[in-house]
Amino acid sequence: MDFLPHTPEDDRSMLEAIGLEDLNDLFEAVPASVRLGRDLDVGDALDELTLMRHLRALAARSRGAADLTCFAGGGAYDHHVPAAVRALAGRAEFATSYTPYQPELSQGVLQAIYEFQTAVCEIYGMEVANASLYDGASALVEAVNLTARVTKRDRAVVGATVHPHYTDVLRTYTSGLGFDVTVAPYGPDGTVDWTSVDVTGAAAVVSAYPNVFGALEDIDTAADVAHRAGALSVVVTDPTAMGVLEPPGNRGADVVVGEGQGIGNALAYGGPYVGLFATKLDLVRQVPGRIAGETLDADGRRAYVLTLQAREQHIRRAKATSNVCTNQTLMAIHAAVHLAWLGPEGLRRLGEICARNTALAAERLGAVPGCSVRFAGPRFKEFVLQTPMDASDLARGLAEKGFLAGPALGRWYPELSDCLLVAVTEKRTESEIGALAEAIEKELAG
Amino acid sequence: MSRPLEPSAGTRTVDDENFPLVFELSRQGRRSWSLPESPPDAPSLEDVIPEQHRRTAPARLPEVSERDLVQHYTRLSQRNWAIDVGAYPLGSCTMKYNPKVSEDAAALPGFNTLHPMCDDELAQGALALLGELERSLCEATGMARLTFQPAAGAQGELTGLLIMRAFHGSKGDERRKVIIPDSAHGTNPASVTLAGYQALEVPSDERGLVDIDALRSVLDTDVAGLMLTNPNTLGLFERDIQQIAAALHEVGGLLYYDGANFNSIVGVVRPGDMGFDIVHMNLHKTFATPHGGGGPGSGPLAVSERLARFLPAPVLTFDEGTERWHWDHDRPDSIGRIHSFHGNFGINVRAYAYLRSLGAEGLRKVAERAVLNANYLRTLVADSLPTAYEGLCTHEFVSSAKHLKKHGIRGLDVAKRLIDLGFHPPTVYFPLVVEEALMVEPTETESKETIDALGAAMNRAVGEAETDPELLREAPVTTPVRRPDEARAARDLKIRWMPEQD
Repeated sequence: MDFLPHTPEDDRSMLEAIGLEDLNDLFEAVPASVRLGRDLDVGDALDELTLMRHLRALAARSRGAADLTCFAGGGAYDHHVPAAVRALAGRAEFATSYTPYQPELSQGVLQAIYEFQTAVCEIYGMEVANASLYDGASALVEAVNLTARVTKRDRAVVGATVHPHYTDVLRTYTSGLGFDVTVAPYGPDGTVDWTSVDVTGAAAVVSAYPNVFGALEDIDTAADVAHRAGALSVVVTDPTAMGVLEPPGNRGADVVVGEGQGIGNALAYGGPYVGLFATKLDLVRQVPGRIAGETLDADGRRAYVLTLQAREQHIRRAKATSNVCTNQTLMAIHAAVHLAWLGPEGLRRLGEICARNTALAAERLGAVPGCSVRFAGPRFKEFVLQTPMDASDLARGLAEKGFLAGPALGRWYPELSDCLLVAVTEKRTESEIGALAEAIEKELAG
Repeated sequence: MSRPLEPSAGTRTVDDENFPLVFELSRQGRRSWSLPESPPDAPSLEDVIPEQHRRTAPARLPEVSERDLVQHYTRLSQRNWAIDVGAYPLGSCTMKYNPKVSEDAAALPGFNTLHPMCDDELAQGALALLGELERSLCEATGMARLTFQPAAGAQGELTGLLIMRAFHGSKGDERRKVIIPDSAHGTNPASVTLAGYQALEVPSDERGLVDIDALRSVLDTDVAGLMLTNPNTLGLFERDIQQIAAALHEVGGLLYYDGANFNSIVGVVRPGDMGFDIVHMNLHKTFATPHGGGGPGSGPLAVSERLARFLPAPVLTFDEGTERWHWDHDRPDSIGRIHSFHGNFGINVRAYAYLRSLGAEGLRKVAERAVLNANYLRTLVADSLPTAYEGLCTHEFVSSAKHLKKHGIRGLDVAKRLIDLGFHPPTVYFPLVVEEALMVEPTETESKETIDALGAAMNRAVGEAETDPELLREAPVTTPVRRPDEARAARDLKIRWMPEQD
């Protein structure tokens, strides 16, 4: 099925109008010596039924949260996506529209972005937000790049408890710029002791809240340490925690970024997700990517447009604040609708269930013989379970028993190879937590 | 600064003329949310989150009933153009029809609920899909390997440029410059800067193509590479591509293919066969995944064999012995990770569904009909909106509206009038090298009747520029808002809603 409307008569009459005889004549500029001259080896066309049969067979060979009871975390979580959010953000008028460069035909997307920006500011305690970035990692990179422009420095100090993938992406992105990325180690409680970290010459001090272990980092001190050294404080924050945790914006952070998957977006094997980016008003001209703004139209009606475009690549080219063009608008709309569905009280309830469920799970799993909860101290929706075996083997065994947990932390932190990350969202019940504890006990018994 | 919404904050009701923000619909005590209680045995929130971490004032999110929420976002969506609504002939953007079956594919639970940190053994079906998609995209581009990590074209560009840097660096060859034509997308120079290179622009010649002599004059061993969109943003195929590739390779540079216009040549000619070393694709263009109001896209980056070792880790690998797919993290020469996880997987599933749906013949027909439609429309409007460069175009063409200036009419006015005539306008004022540019890309999925109507509307608008210019200057009059004041938006910056101050 090729979705093309052309009848043979259409082809003929259109070619005639152009003054050509054959479809091949359309490609006269392509040198014959480089033309393919054969069919691509990509298989024949499939009808819709055959295609879906093939895809269902592939999907059946992948086991996700629909199939396994999901206690997996590490930057992506099995949160509930409300039916209304799926129905509204999934509307084709949003999904099949383009970047809102023509505002008269794009008020829907522009206003949705404006509402998204407002909601992101509100949850993070910040003054301005952009229309989204690719994911949590790219949001962090853009935050650090902002601090480098503002401070004219080329060093970032990143907590070891920031998601290691984010730090990897930061290293990759900045590798061409001769940028130094220093990792500050974590202490016995699974957080960074920021008072002992040398941040001299840093543009950014980056902490995560909650951090990759689920622990509540001392972001107030991180901000103090940053500011005393002339650096800016960047905090990576889980938006689902913002109903119960005081937002970084009220605690000294200069830029707050995060992964918005947990608010309205599917797991989808890692994407499409949505990078959240918020900062202070005086840094607005350094913000990367699109921003929707309110204005008036020719008749004095309230209207929305993309604004401050002189920051962006299509105007400023080599001197732009970022190279980002396409972002994750549709995922931002999911997040905006989800946050409106939650409201202040729903966001609080979401955070409360996650935090209390996680505490309950830590009690139950920590009581399994041979297991203990690594890292004392407060946490949000994840914790580190220390086990008497290799944690990746344990995770594999649990999958066979119907549970998804992890990731095993050994790949990121070799000293934690017996440790499993366990995440507990609002979707998990007390009986599922109990069943996981039993499964672990059986698995350890061999 | 944070305080709860006052009951009076909800000062507006649903009203299409003065369309409210969801925040303005808020009434204290209403709700959409529906969530369970915490388990009774769970420790209390106070025991779990110490006071110094606990939020003091709630986020001022709206309090609305689900019914009002649904009405709000449904009506909001109706204040937007979409490809499902009508033709969207934005040049360079490739707004073609997005097949519905691709949505069903991405929604399959085995794909949609798959956790990105799960063991490879649990993801075999997803990995097999990616493996087959990689093979097909490498076949279509003439490349050896690719990474799915880039979430969009610009991220693919950066990835490719960092690979370029790693390649030269591996030979102890520190080069500083990357050449781009003056007709390039803005992301090209921005990515070049981000990769730590200096962007060097070369002019187009009188044909609208890369000026070979100008190119030769700047080629030296300090040039790391050249980024080229082919066909270029003027809708012209760079017919000297083999000479360009040879000249660049002679000084040791790498040729980068910006896949923004790959839809124009897919199945007809492959970037690898033209001499390109690095290729990004915009799957949201050529492979018909929905643009989502500006994203998500997907920008996989493919490279030739000699560059494969530099690809972002991990790399997808098939073990013939066990017949299992896995991610290979042991890549010592990799430039490193570029995405939090595996890129926009859900978009890649849609692209795969599209590719399998079309098959080899369908893909070639895409290029043929895209070029046919563009040339047909170009012919229809040749008298009123002549193209800036002579001859056949590819999948898009660039006209100039500069001849309307004598009537006090600009390209933007023509665009706005087209809205009243029932069409989304073409791209205006890009590429920058054409004065009063109108860049038109009808795409292959529009029918002859639609293109006839679009051509008639374009001709009519240009005719009115002479006979009734006021009609164009006042346009559009059929939209919920018209001619929003962009200067005011930047001057009196309002980029978030604030509750009315007491």
